[in-house]
Amino acid sequence: MAKAMDYENLNENVKKCQYAVRGELYLRASELQKEGKKIIFTNVGNPHALGQKPLTFPRQVVALCQAPFMLDDPNVGLLFPADAIAKAKHYLSLTSGGLGAYSDSRGLPGVRKEVAEFIERRDGYPSDPELIFLTDGASKGVMQILNTIIRGSSDGILVPVPQYPLYSATIALLGGSLVPYYLEETANWGLDIVNLRQSVAQARSQGITVRAMVIINPGNPTGQCLSEANLKEILRFCYQNNVVLLGDEVYQQNIYQDERPFISARKVLMDMGAPINKELQLVSFHTVSKGYWGECGQRGGYFEMTNIPPKAVEEIYKVASIALSPNVPAQIFMGLMVNPPKPGDISYERFIRESKGILESLRRRAQLMTDGFNSCRNVVCNFTEGAMYSFPQIRLPPKAIEAAQKAGKVADVFYCLKLLEATGISTVPGSGFGQKEGVFHLRTTILPAEEDMPAIMDSFKKFNDEFMEQYEDHKGYSRM
Amino acid sequence: MASTPITIDTINPKVLECEYAVRGEIVILAQKIQEELKNNPNSHPFDEILYCNIGNPQSLSQQPITFFREVLALCDHPAILGKSETRVLFSGDSIKRASQILDQIPGRATGAYSHSQGIKGLRDTIAAGIEARDGFPVDPNDLFLTDGASPAVHMMMQLLIRSKKDGILCPIPQYPLYSASIALHGGTLVPYYLDEAAGWGMEVSELQKQLESAKSKGIIVRALVVINPGNPTGQVLAEKNQKEIVDFCKREGLVLLADEVYQENVYVPDKQFHSFKEVARSMGYGDKDIALVSFQSVSKGYYGECGKRGGYMEITGFSPEIREQIYKLASVNLCSNISGQILASLVMNPPKVGDESYDSYFAEKNAILSSLARRAQKLEDAFNGLEGVSCNRAEGAMYLFPRIVLPNKALEAAKEAKTAPDAFYARRLLNATGIVVVPGSGFGQVDGTWHIRCTILPQEDRISAIITRLTKFHTEFMDEFRG
Repeated sequence: MAKAMDYENLNENVKKCQYAVRGELYLRASELQKEGKKIIFTNVGNPHALGQKPLTFPRQVVALCQAPFMLDDPNVGLLFPADAIAKAKHYLSLTSGGLGAYSDSRGLPGVRKEVAEFIERRDGYPSDPELIFLTDGASKGVMQILNTIIRGSSDGILVPVPQYPLYSATIALLGGSLVPYYLEETANWGLDIVNLRQSVAQARSQGITVRAMVIINPGNPTGQCLSEANLKEILRFCYQNNVVLLGDEVYQQNIYQDERPFISARKVLMDMGAPINKELQLVSFHTVSKGYWGECGQRGGYFEMTNIPPKAVEEIYKVASIALSPNVPAQIFMGLMVNPPKPGDISYERFIRESKGILESLRRRAQLMTDGFNSCRNVVCNFTEGAMYSFPQIRLPPKAIEAAQKAGKVADVFYCLKLLEATGISTVPGSGFGQKEGVFHLRTTILPAEEDMPAIMDSFKKFNDEFMEQYEDHKGYSRM
Repeated sequence: MASTPITIDTINPKVLECEYAVRGEIVILAQKIQEELKNNPNSHPFDEILYCNIGNPQSLSQQPITFFREVLALCDHPAILGKSETRVLFSGDSIKRASQILDQIPGRATGAYSHSQGIKGLRDTIAAGIEARDGFPVDPNDLFLTDGASPAVHMMMQLLIRSKKDGILCPIPQYPLYSASIALHGGTLVPYYLDEAAGWGMEVSELQKQLESAKSKGIIVRALVVINPGNPTGQVLAEKNQKEIVDFCKREGLVLLADEVYQENVYVPDKQFHSFKEVARSMGYGDKDIALVSFQSVSKGYYGECGKRGGYMEITGFSPEIREQIYKLASVNLCSNISGQILASLVMNPPKVGDESYDSYFAEKNAILSSLARRAQKLEDAFNGLEGVSCNRAEGAMYLFPRIVLPNKALEAAKEAKTAPDAFYARRLLNATGIVVVPGSGFGQVDGTWHIRCTILPQEDRISAIITRLTKFHTEFMDEFRG
């Protein structure tokens, strides 16, 4: 039989693309779980999988939208508060046939208007709903925008190292070039403008046209929150270099320190005034998956375009229309997220209690984890200022690196596999995110339940200290 | 220095190249007119826009299946499952099914990312449903649950297409997801023509001819797309035909991409849906013989849940290395939406005889399907009654694809207006009646023939009024342009 499809004749770009978040470690963890081992999955920012409860109000509203026959039933008030009922009616009125009809390919106009209003409240500048597209998760939006930008391998996209590997995977799939810029671990994972310029210069010398720059703010996996000054620098840099700024702001609700609250790239851009505010091209991304909502399974997100010319917007719309429409329930989640219960609403007290509870706990867990890692031998961990992750540096002794090589594994993969086998803690090796040569990390989330944290950190410490005992020979370590 | 890195001149040329007429020019005009009507109800010779361009049943008042929505609502808000009041509002078996489903979801967390192929328990349910339908076993690991069938199609195109030299055989006329997806992934569409004179039938001789022609141009043909029941054509393939197609793919080493999203939409007693999986297995062909990808969706059938974005592909006949790559691709997007996954499992495992909800479920299903069949017939007859129009029977799916023989004067007028003749007709139709159809050129057609695709979805009690408007328009159009 003629071979229809074998590994050799697959699209090369597919083969090149890697996504460590659900790669080797996760697959091994899943295998072990099947064998009956207790696994603590800290490989992905998936709060509900680790016991975080969904917020009550949005679930009430969406359930009512799913089964609108309930709205006509006199008994509905027995199960649902009046404001949830009113909200469900409101969102159903924005649809053209309920949750089961394709919406506008850009998302329901009414929800996009609510998103625009949210952005205006947040930033103090008006936002145009026509330039806001709802998507099945922010990831889809990122893929759509990168697909619009990347023409071929000589188009480069600036991506932070370490980065969330959606970017490297998508760039590989689309046949573009990833141009790395290194975040500085010793400066709390800050952005170094000199390094940025060097990266661009090097890329250009290789014949690459740098088209866009990705910033993840707050950062993933690093958690750093960019200051206003930082953002200004970045915007100026993009402006000078003719580069679109892609602002991944999905963790904007997850802030665990007070020195650097979240400021959107758009706000800073608008604050900078003419001419840059009318010329610098920016696409901003947000989601219902993170924050204190954590509704990953809904697949709800949006992107907002600033200063993208109308004809290009039309083309982006055209491609969106091929997928017909984003899923409607998630659009309602998005509406509810940008338009939550207000003081005076029946559900307000409960909503605030639930939200605050989650955010305050995340803040405590961020600290617990950072401190826990820092108390371990050969581990140095920057504080998680935001997002959902901890990214400790593990200084691996040379003997460990040798052992890894012998086992045919990258050093941090070797460490993480051993950690998994010993403790059931499933992490993602730093190599999945990118790191400086010879420096190793792992990424874990701060999401395990607060009451489980001390035991998890103890378990890690025990494993780590034994590992170091086994492989140390007091001669030297991987450098910072 | 002005900074404009994203302009029409600098974006990915594949984006510029791809087209999708279902939501194209005519629809954009219709939306504009709809806005005008809102602001001034007298601005046009009709009260409202009638969207007959897209298979979106619930936007035209088709009701969802009650049992499915009960289960989904309970899964969205499991907090109410234990309450006594819930038994007042929900059927007993919907409560039971929701509990069962939640038990299959780790932590009962519908807000968590699932396994990238979809929740295992739901895949088990779908696998059992496919097996019950076909009589052949299904491995749940062959299933990938996706946000509608479309992302699954994209995944396959991404895997198969390496360059412009890679070709995919597609039916003409076709659902333009295929042409758009092939363009976006930089491949070549290799057309094979369905035979309008033979009820849009498909001949292997035509497939062979097009394959050879492509090969001679240096194209490596990788796969064959078959849409069954057809879109826009509605034909349901005869089993004998399907066997020939399977043999063709096996012989020529092509991946068979079987779009079966309309499998529950068959309106004629002399035809039956058979999945390509069933056909291949009944021929004794297994994983070693043929690579087959079958697509299903929650958007069509009698459930019509377009807005949920639920669907799956079943992949068989691929090596472990390839399956790893498919899994990897699926993992970059993490997973499809959970509610859609749940719905897919309900569609493939609906209430059975004896279940509390069975009677009402069956009544709803039957009402929708029989109404669709009646509407298909009414509209088909209406089109066939128009001068210069011939319309094949809609054996299945949701569309009619009548051919319109336009008089020369009309062709000239279209040329002057710089539009394709069918787009010219569709535009005139919209402006005169508010009815939105998609010009046949959006789907592909034999050169020099013109069609429009019109859905059979408007509410049954509106059909007569639509037919009246359409007939009046067409008569006047022909009066204007008849030589």
